[in-house]
Amino acid sequence: MKNLSKHTFILCTLVLLLLADVAFGSTLKVCKTCTYTSVKQAVKKAKAGDTVLIQGGVYQEHGIVIDKPLTILGQNKSVLDGNFQGQIITVLADNVTIEGLTLKNIKTSYRQDDAAIRVVERSNIRILNNTILNTYFGIYLQNSDNCVIKGNVVSGRDVTGLNESALGNAIHLWYCNNADISNNKVSGHRDGIYLEFVKESEIKNNLSQHNLRYGLHFMFSDGNVYTHNTFRKNGAGVAVMYTHNIRMEHNTFEGNWGAAAYGLLLKEITNSVIKSNTFRRNTTGIYMESSSRLDIQKNQFDKNGWAIRLLSSCIQDTFRLNNFTGNSFDVSTNGTPTMNLFENNYWDKYNGYDLDKNRVGDVPYRPVSLYSMLVEKVPPSVMFMRSFLVDLMDNIEKVMPSFIPETLIDEQPLMRKMNYDNDTKLTQVIR
Amino acid sequence: MNKIIKYVFYDIIRSKIMIAYTLFLLLLTIGLFNLGGNPDKAILSLLNIVLLTVPLISIVFATTHFYNSYEFMELLVAQPINRTRIFMSEYLGVACSLSGAFILGVGLPVLLFGASLTGLYLLLTGVFITFIFVALAFLASVLTRDKAKGIGIALLVWFYFALIYDGIVLFILYYFSDYPLENATLAMTALNPVDLGRIIVLLNLDVSALMGYTGALYKSILGSVWGIGLAFGLLLLWILVPILSSRRIFSRRDI
Repeated sequence: MKNLSKHTFILCTLVLLLLADVAFGSTLKVCKTCTYTSVKQAVKKAKAGDTVLIQGGVYQEHGIVIDKPLTILGQNKSVLDGNFQGQIITVLADNVTIEGLTLKNIKTSYRQDDAAIRVVERSNIRILNNTILNTYFGIYLQNSDNCVIKGNVVSGRDVTGLNESALGNAIHLWYCNNADISNNKVSGHRDGIYLEFVKESEIKNNLSQHNLRYGLHFMFSDGNVYTHNTFRKNGAGVAVMYTHNIRMEHNTFEGNWGAAAYGLLLKEITNSVIKSNTFRRNTTGIYMESSSRLDIQKNQFDKNGWAIRLLSSCIQDTFRLNNFTGNSFDVSTNGTPTMNLFENNYWDKYNGYDLDKNRVGDVPYRPVSLYSMLVEKVPPSVMFMRSFLVDLMDNIEKVMPSFIPETLIDEQPLMRKMNYDNDTKLTQVIR
Repeated sequence: MNKIIKYVFYDIIRSKIMIAYTLFLLLLTIGLFNLGGNPDKAILSLLNIVLLTVPLISIVFATTHFYNSYEFMELLVAQPINRTRIFMSEYLGVACSLSGAFILGVGLPVLLFGASLTGLYLLLTGVFITFIFVALAFLASVLTRDKAKGIGIALLVWFYFALIYDGIVLFILYYFSDYPLENATLAMTALNPVDLGRIIVLLNLDVSALMGYTGALYKSILGSVWGIGLAFGLLLLWILVPILSSRRIFSRRDI
């Protein structure tokens, strides 16, 4: 029986392979001396399943409409120059692959959101290893499921001094499910990666930097997984809103430094996991508003202005095994958030002791300082930062706590900084 | 006048206190720069210490010096020299020697390890603070002839500017937090040279991003050359007002 199924399997594979060959179709070559000298021509002539192979050269083209399942393949640095005339490629068919092209020059168009590649209500589209330069929107997917956006470089312009409305998003997805966005490098747009109503998708290994507004921006996008991404030096950091069931792991948020910048801004995010991320040199590491049932663990908060700003509208969030080092304020709040748990974190400002040598401090640590509360309540008092009085006030409050919220307390702070690679044992023990 | 300044200056430089002060600042600054690694961070820590110790040492040293050289001043008054001239020479002698110690102790390491515009601001602020607090010390000294009382007043003045004033302002900010207080804060910080100096330096450091709207407002005012000029102008006013009023008292009073 087992043998039979194995044979059937091999047979099936062979048949499938044969079919695949048939479906692969013919290859239409595009170059200066080929049958086809323009991409538009070749696309028009191609039949479903064909491959359009562009063999180098610069093509001044726009308004290429792909209305059948094709593979558009660029070789030898083929360039499609939109010349600021309009959209370059519009995909109106399923199962299209666009690979290895350089697309450039899309005009800022306030009315129609022109993009280098736009996919309209289709599925199984693969956009791979393209370079997209100087565009309004880079890759724009609407109502398209099961798409892959992988290995693309979308690079805009220098955004300093530009207006938000004059820029589009590098990768923009709207109502798309099961998307796979990985290994892309995006920069110089309004938002690096923008997702709205995008469900069950995976966003992995991307680098988003120097965007005017957010490195990553999503709303109403449930069940997504974000891993190993880097969001660096974006105007306002990363903002995520109105979403449930997300996982953010091993991401790096760094250098989002400015009066209104955040490493990660969470607004109405629930039932999610934020784990093993690094927050370095952000004005605010994590800003949390109305976010509940979050599991925030094993993150590194290093040299941020505020590591965590936990507004009182947040409930039932757990902070465990995080490292807090070199932050101006560890945790600040505007009221008394309830039912949040801080446990087994490492705080570099902690000066308790550990008599029983179990690597857990014997006296609790209060991460909220009196001054940070004062600043939340009376913002102008921030001008007294680093003054003698403030230091004195904080130290007195530390000895005799009376104003800072009773509930924000780490009963078992760690004595030593967590080293996540080596301290797996410790983690298990504490668990 | 130059002769008197020179005499006062050399007299102070010879004293062990001034050498100790210079060494203290020097060791502290070098230590801070070598500890942190990041010059910005060292300047930040240095700022805290400069704004606390420099006023204290300036004011206490200047007051005691004034009372100790009372006899010398009496001797000079007996000569055909203008009283204001004697007083100003005393002031300049003390202030210059103290700021000389400051420049040597803090300026030299800052120049070596963290030469930047911020470092320059820190230095300038330190020098201005020294001049201001020596002026305040002289004011305290001419107000009373009793040495203990004079030092008491001087310490109170330091205490007021280092602690009490900030406390009062924070109290006001807290109780009127429903009102837009950004401009009021700006005005109130201008009334304390220590706060003013701190803010000038802080706005040039990275931490200014943490200061939100108020910080942005301050930066828009103090960020320009004009604003910096205004801030240092205010500090200059803080030197002139106490020293001119104390000179007036000194030249009119019965010695």
